[in-house]
Amino acid sequence: MRALAFLFTLLVALPAAAEDIVLGLSKDTVSIDTSFDGSEILIFGAVKREAPIPDDPRLQVIVTVAGPDETFTVRRKEKVLGIWVNTDAVEIDRAPSFYAVSTSTLLGLSLSETEDLRHRVSIPRAIRSVGAPDTIEDATRFTEALIRIKSRSNQYQLNEGTVSVDEQTLFRTAIELPAALTEGDYQTRIFLTRGGKVVSKYETSIYVRKVGLERWLFRLSRENALLYGIMSIAIAIAAGWSASAVFRLFRA
Amino acid sequence: MQIYLPIAEVSVNAFLLLGLGGIVGVLSGMFGVGGGFLMTPLLFFIGIPPAVAVATEANQIVASSFSGVLAHLKRKTVDLRMGTVLLIGGLVGAALGVVVFNYLKALGQVDLLVKLCYVVFLGVIGGLMFIESLNAIRKTKSGKAPARKKHNWVHGLPFKMRFRVSGLYISVIPPLLVGVSVGILAAIMGVGGGFIMVPAMIYLLGMPTKVVVGTSLFQIIFVTAFTTLLHATTNFTVDIVLAVLLLIGGVIGAQVGTRIGVKLKAEQLRILLAIMVLAVCGKLALDLLLMPSELYSVGAADGH
Repeated sequence: MRALAFLFTLLVALPAAAEDIVLGLSKDTVSIDTSFDGSEILIFGAVKREAPIPDDPRLQVIVTVAGPDETFTVRRKEKVLGIWVNTDAVEIDRAPSFYAVSTSTLLGLSLSETEDLRHRVSIPRAIRSVGAPDTIEDATRFTEALIRIKSRSNQYQLNEGTVSVDEQTLFRTAIELPAALTEGDYQTRIFLTRGGKVVSKYETSIYVRKVGLERWLFRLSRENALLYGIMSIAIAIAAGWSASAVFRLFRA
Repeated sequence: MQIYLPIAEVSVNAFLLLGLGGIVGVLSGMFGVGGGFLMTPLLFFIGIPPAVAVATEANQIVASSFSGVLAHLKRKTVDLRMGTVLLIGGLVGAALGVVVFNYLKALGQVDLLVKLCYVVFLGVIGGLMFIESLNAIRKTKSGKAPARKKHNWVHGLPFKMRFRVSGLYISVIPPLLVGVSVGILAAIMGVGGGFIMVPAMIYLLGMPTKVVVGTSLFQIIFVTAFTTLLHATTNFTVDIVLAVLLLIGGVIGAQVGTRIGVKLKAEQLRILLAIMVLAVCGKLALDLLLMPSELYSVGAADGH
């Protein structure tokens, strides 16, 4: 009896189970080597379902990729005694270092406000800021500034209509990762929505890692900082000396 | 050719960095300035995080100064004795400067004070040098021999020491004080301090211009090596890939610059340095005075 009741609640609570996501990635590891200059990841998949395709409303797909969270300080300049000075500062407690949202149609059409709030899908929702001091009334403008500046360097992307969906079953999109990329696990989420409601959700991770020389140098600089510092100076001295020696050879 | 920098975590064009290093290297060899006051803002401009730019720049200056000093040692235009005295002062000053810097950071607005420091010092030094060298050039043109002030208050102080290469017999107090104040400013402004030291050596200590350049470079090597080590062990912000690219350009540039410097007359050298110093000063002043296109800036939490 209890088992039956449990099954019933499960069925009511998760109508989403009717449509499942089967996902593929062109690669689940991005290697940052010396010649790394950005990368493109192909995210594709299919919708698995037991029942026939519900006709209305149409199926929409949203794909988000989020880099590791960081804390930022956003400062604002103001004119004081004729010169431009940083005055107010707001700390953004948690914001992804990279964030991309790709949708099959306009984000506003494929996701309702409440669902956005619950799943933190749109760029402003992915940022959390609670640390604004009382003296600053327009704290939201600092968050807007963060989004504006990060969008300019392609680190925040809103790509509406870039997910193509065929026959409400197959979907695919490409996410452009910029050259300035932080190491870490990039959380990738796929949402299926109908009429603004999330009907199914799938999560996976893309691993962004430094490899080879990049990895070796980075680790050395953190784990053996003194040696790294001495090595840097030694290289500098050696380079200075060899340049001088080469030039002397030319003159002789 | 794009290259990914492991510590800065950005991808930049390798040839751009080689070119920047080269240009700054030429200036470094010509004038005996490390070039940090030019290179650091340039690195900010191409998108290197400020903390990484400042620390890596110190490392690059070690290379170009070393390369420059070797060229100067060959033609015996380094006053090692004077350099050592300046260095002792410089290290004391750098330590004091770090204390001052941290105090200012606690007060906030350290960025502004650094910039104001730049504008004031570059403006005053550049202006004075420009006027002085213009007068000197005018005098040589009119046929009069440029009179070097042989005796001022500096020569009345105790603890005298003979500096043969510079042809001076003066008290060690003024060079020590010059070293200390340059060290303080260098630590606050994040540069080698050559652009302050060179004029101070010429005008305060009365050293001959030809010796000044090599001696300044000699002192800068040690101060910047010390700074590099400090940054590498405390902030982990020295990017060696960035440094290598900059210094390949830099050391070649320094050799070229030293040779150009020898060909130029002392007054011409000084007036060029003055113009360059004034240009950087003007740029920084404009940044403070004009409304920026983006009022907001994003930084890592807690400054660094």
